[in-house]
Amino acid sequence: MSGLAFASPLLLLGLIALPILWFLLRAVPPAPIRRRFPGIVLLLGLRDDESQTATTPWWLLLLRMVALAAVIVGFAGPVLNPRAAGTGAGPLLVLMDASWASARDWDARTARVEALLRDAARDGRTAAVLPLTEPLPDEIPWQGAGAWVERLPAIAPRPWAPDYAGLADLDVGGAEVVWVSDGLDRPGRDALPARVIESARPIRALTPATFADGAIRLGALRLGDAAARDVALRAIGPGPSGAPAELGAATAAFAEGAARAEVEVDLPPELRNRVTRFEVAGERSAGAVTLADDALARREVALLTRAEEERDDLLDPLYYLRRALAPSADLIEGDLATLLPANPDVLVLADVATLAPGEAARVTDWVRDGGLLLRFAGPRLAASEVARDAEDPLLPVRLRAGGRTVGGALSWGEPKALRPFDPDGPFAGLSVPGDVAVTSQVVAQPDPSLSERVLAALEDGTPLVTRKPLGEGQVVLFHVTATGEWSSLPISGLFVEMLERLAVSTRPARPDDAELEGTTWTPRVVLDGFGQARDAGDRPGVPGEALADGAVGPDLPPGLYEGPARTLAVNVLGPDAALAPAAWPPGTPVEGLSTDAETDLMPWLLAAALILLAADAVASLWLGGRLRRGPVATAAAAALAATLLAVAPGALRAQEAAAAAPVPSAVALAYVRTGDPRVDEVSEAGLRGLSMILTQRTSVEPEAPRAVDLERDELAVLPMLYWPVTPDQPLPSTEAYDRLNRYLRGGGLIVFDTRDADLGGYGGGSPAARRLRDLAAPLDVPPLEPLPADHVLTRAFYLLQDFPGRHASRDVWVEAAPAAEAVEGMPFRNLNDGVTPVLIGGNDWAAAWAVDARGNPLLPVGAGYAGEQQREIAYRFGVNLVMHVLSGNYKSDQVHVPALLDRLGN
Amino acid sequence: MDGAAHTPVSLRARAEEAAAALPPLLMHAERLAATVMMGEHGRRRAGPGDAFWQYRPAQPGDARRSIDWRQSARGDDHFVREREWQAAQTLMLWVDDAASMRFAAGGRPSKLRRAQTLALALAALAVRAGERVGLAALPEPPRAGRAQLARMADALMEGGEAPDYGAPRPRVMPLGARAVFLSDFLGDPAPLRDALTRAADRGVEGVMLQVLDPEEEAFPYDGRTLFESMSGAIRFETLKAGALRDDYLGRLAARRAELRELARRTGWRVLVHRTDASAAAALLALHAALGPRR
Repeated sequence: MSGLAFASPLLLLGLIALPILWFLLRAVPPAPIRRRFPGIVLLLGLRDDESQTATTPWWLLLLRMVALAAVIVGFAGPVLNPRAAGTGAGPLLVLMDASWASARDWDARTARVEALLRDAARDGRTAAVLPLTEPLPDEIPWQGAGAWVERLPAIAPRPWAPDYAGLADLDVGGAEVVWVSDGLDRPGRDALPARVIESARPIRALTPATFADGAIRLGALRLGDAAARDVALRAIGPGPSGAPAELGAATAAFAEGAARAEVEVDLPPELRNRVTRFEVAGERSAGAVTLADDALARREVALLTRAEEERDDLLDPLYYLRRALAPSADLIEGDLATLLPANPDVLVLADVATLAPGEAARVTDWVRDGGLLLRFAGPRLAASEVARDAEDPLLPVRLRAGGRTVGGALSWGEPKALRPFDPDGPFAGLSVPGDVAVTSQVVAQPDPSLSERVLAALEDGTPLVTRKPLGEGQVVLFHVTATGEWSSLPISGLFVEMLERLAVSTRPARPDDAELEGTTWTPRVVLDGFGQARDAGDRPGVPGEALADGAVGPDLPPGLYEGPARTLAVNVLGPDAALAPAAWPPGTPVEGLSTDAETDLMPWLLAAALILLAADAVASLWLGGRLRRGPVATAAAAALAATLLAVAPGALRAQEAAAAAPVPSAVALAYVRTGDPRVDEVSEAGLRGLSMILTQRTSVEPEAPRAVDLERDELAVLPMLYWPVTPDQPLPSTEAYDRLNRYLRGGGLIVFDTRDADLGGYGGGSPAARRLRDLAAPLDVPPLEPLPADHVLTRAFYLLQDFPGRHASRDVWVEAAPAAEAVEGMPFRNLNDGVTPVLIGGNDWAAAWAVDARGNPLLPVGAGYAGEQQREIAYRFGVNLVMHVLSGNYKSDQVHVPALLDRLGN
Repeated sequence: MDGAAHTPVSLRARAEEAAAALPPLLMHAERLAATVMMGEHGRRRAGPGDAFWQYRPAQPGDARRSIDWRQSARGDDHFVREREWQAAQTLMLWVDDAASMRFAAGGRPSKLRRAQTLALALAALAVRAGERVGLAALPEPPRAGRAQLARMADALMEGGEAPDYGAPRPRVMPLGARAVFLSDFLGDPAPLRDALTRAADRGVEGVMLQVLDPEEEAFPYDGRTLFESMSGAIRFETLKAGALRDDYLGRLAARRAELRELARRTGWRVLVHRTDASAAAALLALHAALGPRR
């Protein structure tokens, strides 16, 4: 709701006086200049042109009128977008659609609700806040509005839709109802008459990704934005280091007025298989995230080829396999040395009898790790001595020598057809076409385990397809060739279906309801309302029926669910979801979310009046001929400019910041500018103090500390970055994170300081710690551990056991060292690691280091002598830190000095 | 300037008063004078003087003591040694010291100051050439010598109340003298006409140097302005000074034409000097204008 209100509208009556003033000002011409002039005798008798008015020109009058009007209106206290005063009486009930769609501007919503509650608290009203995504309480929990302000941060958006079922029956008891809506249409919006607050920010969401025709497709939805717009999507998955990284990007091009855009994401198979989620870049909402499950991953099938053989296509043992697999799987071909490092899902050996012993071992390892080895028989296998007497680990059964031929020219009997498939087996339900016949095959030795390994057999019961589990993987053998030589199976449609069932080609898109029935799925990862993936912990399993239903809710939060042999993704939105704007009963007042939009116009109007009056002064001078001389004109212009600059300090600051910091010529300590002037000031003073100490005590003589703007400044030249964490500092952009990660990989060190004496990040509940978690999430941070007593930081320059700053907490976290045994008699473990990329603590070091311009401590530390001692230790820690950054593990390597000297001596 | 004020006591008192400013004025004037080459003031004919002119045979009527015996002893004839006639000239100076001359603007020297400097520089030149110099304001007759220079400086520096516009004193100038009038010539032209006519009657020729401030020539004013004469006696108000500029410049040109016409009739010359121009240039122009009669 926008509008204009006045704090004291009666003052506007002063505007009536303006016309009177007009006449008064008109009547008074500008005052003459008195000027001594000898040539006056020549002027005597000259006459003025009468039409040149003796009064003030109209535009100058208008200028003055406008200035005066601005003053009058300004003092009347105009307020743009005044906050609508509540009805003021009775309790206040705030209903919040705390759904995924609310998460996009959750902070603004809670701020708005907090403002409402504070107003209510001022009026002494009771209040209640009901997040509608939680089950409705039987009775509204009325409390003092102030108490609700405290409880507000505990309310978080949920990744499902709110439930309005019980709302109509709720006894609100005459309370004023404010409904903070997420803007989506749902039945039940008319359950309660309410004042509605809706955000104008557009909603963006994604439908689940599907894989078809070699590309990933997903639908992007939007609401509240009709312009033609390109929305960036990101594909996230584990990067090379295992940390989540952006694997790919796509653009959802919304046409003008379109609510849905189809997106095609083209990714190389390796990357595609790694994608865990797609998200709308910059959108914090579970709806803007869609998780990818196994269905998305195309299987990678490796075909072992023998380069030395040249054959006709139709006789190539791999020809039919290629034709059958190519549409649905990614094929790679080559020898084992190239195939296995690509870590395929399936390895196909068509008529390969023996592998070199080293290769066999590697293939076995690969199968044990979950690979599927698919083998086909053939003349070579039949002729070989493989698995005659003992079972070969890479063959499911023992084989008889030679194989057999049925229905040939020199043999009895007809070619054999297939026996119908076992209804419990993997091929259950596949129909056997009558024209599939087998003329030759290799025959399994009857073993005790044979029957359970047979997946398909011929009419006479001889096994056709056998399988055995091996480790986490399995080995499957087709007892016929992969060509049409021994049977017509490879040229029938059944072959493709069998490969599909064996999960060679692809997995079925989604199990249907019948398959899901009776199964139990364990949540592995669940999304919160903001779209952040959280470990599911010990959430109970979900029955398959609920998954089949697909309706997310408190019992089925969106996430990844692990079931028998596969994982399923449950997303907020289904494939056919559409977003519709909320329809409120007619007459419902709908307000915007803008709590901060209430702007007091008085300073602006008064400033405008000042500028106008300054302009009037200049114009009057000019009119009166007084602006003739250079100095006067310059002074007037300078006065005008000074007025303008005083009015627009913000613009000035922006210009000032636009000049990028120069690259330092020597070592300089640097801190991250947080935007909080007080914190930045202390950081600057702290690093100045540390630089001073370093210059005094060590050979490191740093330049003046630098303030770093992560978005613009070059980081590579900085040895160390001190990053004080404030609860409200903005998250850097993706580009800034890229550069930060490059900085970390290049040997940089970021010192995170939560300044709260709390453990910096893990388990800490302070706002700064929470912010630190957000800040550090996209960073490429290795596993951390509390600073061990033998860490090189404890002896890089001074011998230290504590690392106090202004606080003396001992919890300082650094990169975890590789496991190394402590050697008896050695004080330190033998750790030759590099510089820790991050150091996290909450001791507010900069405050302890901070000195003023004269080098005196800026802030008190501790009490009395003990405090000064603590400050000294803090300085020593700083010196150790810089020494550690600059000289790396030099002190660690010092343990080798005796041995080296020993060797040199010999 | 009122001659009656020149009692010896008051003159000395005023001289003391002006002593602080006098030396720079004098020195400045002498420095200016040093820049102008001195020419012979000889008359190119025999007459009383110091420099040798010619020997001529003695004629009856020549005094015996005029015969140059040394030259005559070389021959049979008697020779008379003639000297060049070096009659000293008289330079009369009038410096307008009215209030209007005290106008100065834009950090430039006042017109009076410039006029005084030029006048004294001319006087220094003349004295160096052995001429007699007189000041219209001084009751004494023109004299030669540096003492006269000091006296003139003293008189020029006299301050005090003055009318808005000045006029040359009605004073009888020596026959055939040269005269220089330094003024802005903005006042009533009638007394000037009288003075020039009388000067022409006595064969006095000279130069009128109109000293003006650049502002007086440009009239760079605008807006509602109340003009006052230097003493404040005359006032004139205008609402748009800028509109009067053309009229003013027209009248200034007319005044100058009137001066020229007057000069043409009396054999004088008119020079114009602006205070933002170099004083040396004006001095050179004056020197040239005062050079040998054509």
